Amino acid sequence: MATYTEAETPDFVAEAGATPRIALSGAWSLHAERRLEKKSSEIVKSARDAKSVVFDFAAVTRLDTAGAFALNRARCELAAAGVDVAIAGARPEHLILLERMHYREAPPPAKGENFIVALLADLGEQISGGFRDAYGITAFLGEFVSVLGRVIARPRLFRATSLVYQMENFSVRSIPIIVIMNLTVGAIVAQQGIYELLRFGASVYVVDLVGILVLREMGVLLTAIMIAGRCGSAITAEIGSMKVREEVDALRAMGMSPMEVLSVPRVLALALSMPLLTFLADMAAIVGGMLTSWAYGGISPAAFIALLQTAITIRTFMVGLIKAPVMGMVIGLIATQEGLATQGSAESLGWRVTASVVKSIFTVIILDGLFAVFFTAINF
Amino acid sequence: MDASTDITKRKEAEARHEVVISVRDLVVEFGRKRVMDGLDLDVYRGEVLGFVGGSGQGKSVLTRTILGLIRKKAGTIRIFGQDRDKIGEAALHALERRWGVLFQNGALFSSLTVKQNIQVPMRESLELSQRFMDELAMLKIELVGLPPEAADKIPSELSGGMVKRAALARALALDPEVLFLDEPTSGLDPIGAAEFDQLIGTLKQTLGLTVFMVTHDLDSLYAICDRIAALANGKVIGEGSLEDMLASDHPWLRAYFHGARGAKMIQAHERRRLGAESG
Repeated sequence: MATYTEAETPDFVAEAGATPRIALSGAWSLHAERRLEKKSSEIVKSARDAKSVVFDFAAVTRLDTAGAFALNRARCELAAAGVDVAIAGARPEHLILLERMHYREAPPPAKGENFIVALLADLGEQISGGFRDAYGITAFLGEFVSVLGRVIARPRLFRATSLVYQMENFSVRSIPIIVIMNLTVGAIVAQQGIYELLRFGASVYVVDLVGILVLREMGVLLTAIMIAGRCGSAITAEIGSMKVREEVDALRAMGMSPMEVLSVPRVLALALSMPLLTFLADMAAIVGGMLTSWAYGGISPAAFIALLQTAITIRTFMVGLIKAPVMGMVIGLIATQEGLATQGSAESLGWRVTASVVKSIFTVIILDGLFAVFFTAINF
Repeated sequence: MDASTDITKRKEAEARHEVVISVRDLVVEFGRKRVMDGLDLDVYRGEVLGFVGGSGQGKSVLTRTILGLIRKKAGTIRIFGQDRDKIGEAALHALERRWGVLFQNGALFSSLTVKQNIQVPMRESLELSQRFMDELAMLKIELVGLPPEAADKIPSELSGGMVKRAALARALALDPEVLFLDEPTSGLDPIGAAEFDQLIGTLKQTLGLTVFMVTHDLDSLYAICDRIAALANGKVIGEGSLEDMLASDHPWLRAYFHGARGAKMIQAHERRRLGAESG
């Protein structure tokens, strides 16, 4: 390091003779960095052929654990070559250090597996992990339902305060972002729709386009994706750090079920918040569509509303809304399950939060597809 | 004791020893709560200073303020004679390499193995071969009394006492000149705690290590501390040797050292000392 002057760097002079003397000098400390090792192996080289050798510590200005260790390494290597090493001129603290810092070789690093084998093993691990995840979430759902049943049977167990608190967090605080996002998306759909439909002289059908698309699919899907990102991640991070800090174990030890205390209020809060937010999302998107239709297509709001009434039925609206609580539950279940699966490290927590968001968005989209197939099949 | 003799005493002490850490008129506030209220403290080179105080009196706050983890409101902190507010970032960084810190809960990096944790400071500030770093890490692991198998474990696989030892190994990685220890022996069994005291004693003797130790372990205070400072109401209410502490008539110090536990410990040590003298 820069603060150490040349005079303080570790060095030695080999004095020849029947018993060569290695006159050590300078600071044999860790701050010499690579020089420490270099000098240590130079000592071995210069004294290898002697029968015995003396290490003279008289001129050593500083010795620390690393310095003592490096010198002991030289001693051991000389001993292995059949050279006797004696110590001279060492202060008492040097002797203690030399004794405490005796040399031992670091165990060789564990041999890595073959690259191909590791790759295949990783692939297998990933695939079986996928199945384990599916199994895990199913088992979790089962446990959740049984705990929910217990809570319904004994409403005293129900944590109403927690539910209200979580609902405030999840729904009230999400309103601005949900409304702005859906207003914009509704406006974009209407604007793009008008330009395409204008070519067929059918620009009034933009009302059908916006009404059906938003109410059936877009409103609920966008809300679910935003909630997965905004609330699902927060739930996983919160429960995950509680797990790391043994708070979840503390709950268990006090006879409380983490599922009942942590999962049920959050999942229910999401299941109740999602329809409310979806309703707001629908309204915002329709208003957005209405405004751009007015600006780009010359359809007045009054005309827009009249057209909307013929374009959609209450069913169109219900299709979107029915999906909302299911998606809320799925997001909540995945988020709490990932949170409770967190293990010890900060890295694990990071992975779990990412997995929670990715899995819930993926599941929500797949679920939306299944709903679409189902509703078509029953002509709803 | 009047103020003038107090000052002359301090001057004498300063003349004898080099002051490594000097804290003057320190004020730390959290919101409206004043935690440190004009605190003065000196730590001399080569001593083990035991720092005691009731829970919530701000022992950890003082340590963290000296380390620069908490902002102070007023006062000066000089480390190795340098005012930490006045020196530049590079100098401060160089200074930070000269101390090692053992946090109360270990604060090991949870995604690294014990060996990698110990090598973090080496890798960061020194250029060493991987082999030498591995060997040094194993040395430190053995030094703090961990089994060699612990080297490749991650912190969540270790017990509380093992985390403490691993964290000490990391604090010692660069052979620091000053070691900050926050309750080092809490969570260790009595055998482990005694080994710990012995290790600190050896390092102090051989490396001239200066130790600033927040502790409640009366045995540690007795066994290795050269000087004790006590904190209450944001000030140092007493500093000196254990005998000075025992002789003090400050109510808190009396309660601390002459309470049920303190008195028993002192009796035990006295008996042992007398036994050793007569035998």
